[in-house]
Amino acid sequence: MAILIDRDTRVIVQGITGKEGSFHTKLMLDYGTKIVAGVTPGKGGREVHGVPVYDTVEEAVKNHGADASIVFVPARFAPDAVYEAIDAGLKLVVVITEHIPVHDTMRFVNYAKSKGTVIIGPNCPGIIVPGRIKIGIMPVSPFKPGNVAIISRSGTLTYEVAAAMTREGIGQSVAIGIGGDPIVGLDFVEALEMLEKDPETKAVVMIGEIGGDMEERVAAMYREGRFTKPIVAYVAGRTAPPGKRMGHAGAIISMGTGAYQDKVEALRKAGIPVAKMPYDIPRLLKEVL
Amino acid sequence: MKLYEYESKRIFAKYGIPVPRGFVLERDADIKELLKRHEIEPPVAIKSQVLVGGRGKAGGIKIAKTVEDAAKIAEELFNKPIKGLLPKILLVEEAVPHEAELYASITMDRAHRRPVVLVSRLGGVDIEEIAKEKPEEIHRTYIDPWIGLRGYMARGLGKKLGLSGKRLQVFERILLAMYQIFVDYDGDLVEINPLAVTSDGLVALDAKIIIDDNALFRHPEIAKRDPAETGEYTELEAKAQRLGFAFVELDGDVGIIGNGAGLTMATMDLVYERGGKPANFLDIGGGASAERVKEALKILYEFPKAKVIFMNIFGGITRCDEVARGIVAAIKEVGQKKPIIVRLTGTNEEEGRRILREAGLEAFIDPIEAADKAIQLARER
Repeated sequence: MAILIDRDTRVIVQGITGKEGSFHTKLMLDYGTKIVAGVTPGKGGREVHGVPVYDTVEEAVKNHGADASIVFVPARFAPDAVYEAIDAGLKLVVVITEHIPVHDTMRFVNYAKSKGTVIIGPNCPGIIVPGRIKIGIMPVSPFKPGNVAIISRSGTLTYEVAAAMTREGIGQSVAIGIGGDPIVGLDFVEALEMLEKDPETKAVVMIGEIGGDMEERVAAMYREGRFTKPIVAYVAGRTAPPGKRMGHAGAIISMGTGAYQDKVEALRKAGIPVAKMPYDIPRLLKEVL
Repeated sequence: MKLYEYESKRIFAKYGIPVPRGFVLERDADIKELLKRHEIEPPVAIKSQVLVGGRGKAGGIKIAKTVEDAAKIAEELFNKPIKGLLPKILLVEEAVPHEAELYASITMDRAHRRPVVLVSRLGGVDIEEIAKEKPEEIHRTYIDPWIGLRGYMARGLGKKLGLSGKRLQVFERILLAMYQIFVDYDGDLVEINPLAVTSDGLVALDAKIIIDDNALFRHPEIAKRDPAETGEYTELEAKAQRLGFAFVELDGDVGIIGNGAGLTMATMDLVYERGGKPANFLDIGGGASAERVKEALKILYEFPKAKVIFMNIFGGITRCDEVARGIVAAIKEVGQKKPIIVRLTGTNEEEGRRILREAGLEAFIDPIEAADKAIQLARER
């Protein structure tokens, strides 16, 4: 098994009858993901691409057994969906939804932690173990099985980097988009703690961006020897001005933290090479592998 | 969304936080008459209501010692742009004699994923400055959202600032009210700087509330404000926002369009790395239709700083053929006003290239070659 999920992971899709939910259910099924049920309140009894739909997560879990869910529910109702998944005992909840108020996210992330549920996202592309399973919305062609993990705050940039790696013959053990919001569930440090123990991962590509201090915390972790495999990093937003949100709600330099230079300096000082362009990553990886 | 000082103070007052006595002055109002009606005697502080930082240093806050003086200063401030923004409203307040200035704020701590209360003895200056120069002077408490901020936590912070007696009680009340505002208004930030220490208590001389944009649906009275009015955005940025695009103006000359925030930022950085200067950030998002692509191009057509347009598209959920159709539609509708350099790869790449080729545009596969071409064309224009 890689981390968090594997071939046998049983998945529920929350918001399965919506446009996005239904579309990506099909793509996940095509990739081999075991989607055992869907949930949309008030639409129980239907089927979407052959997947039975229930009114509640509880019923879906009772009838099919499940380990994880993926949430496509609109922002106003997404927190309710996340709490429902946590209370139904699911151990992993991937939240695709964008524009969830940060106070709501903060509360469900804290609640999830107290219940031992891992949240990925919100505002993220999800997680893929190439060749085995994806719980997310990423295109699959850039990815191929291998032993380098990608952890990233950005969706498209992940695909771009994965494609560049794959072209150079470097496959991926897992790729996780942790989300672009100021507060997210699983963060880089927690993901690295899992990857440290994962025998299938030999090295890690970290795609950060301006805003917050997650990259600095990874630098500290690496410097202190709490992560021992090679990391290659890229940080987006070198040319972004302070005080402006760059698309992602979390990509903002504010209150004196989050600047590009601080992040890059911290990473380099800790001994983590930082690529100037995402397209340099395969070359840097070859140097450390 | 940032609230004006006078709006934040109204909320403060509603929640029982002491603020100076005062009133809001509009351009055509008579300040002398209003001073009389509110029974406020000079000296008064007159404060330009604009949403920029460093307003005091930029000359947006003045003290008037007489009524005549107040009228003159009001006239002057109404016609004085602060960092490019003219105020529509001034706030007139009784001057508050005080012995010291404190700092207090509540914000969301990203690393701890919880609210954090920050206080300092060194009020009146930017918190960034204190953090850099004297970090030991900032005291903080992280809040478990299921418990909330409790009185003893507030008192503990007050003790660290050297408060006692009645002042300590007032301080506790103020912090608890700030936390309630933070929760009720979906605050990104609730800040008092400075918090004046007076002979018999504490008074919030300034007030700042920033509301999470994603939570504006819960605050309809605030949501209806035009983003351009707040001065946080330029007119074109506000227009793009209404169309649902994330668009930020920069100072360079190479216009940038990407799909996804990370890739768009990386494209700006790429242009910079190759010796050019990005003119903007414009993200068309995931799965953009031809129509959206066309709208995005039209925004950059309107943006004079962008001499060329560099589109960096990695097709995933976004389909290259849709992007190509959007580009062709934009050119058909308004002509090719500026050179468009396209890097196109990923889902339906071949079809996308064919559509562009038929319209006389050759798409790049390599992003670096495309960036170099865009930079060169921008230099030539």
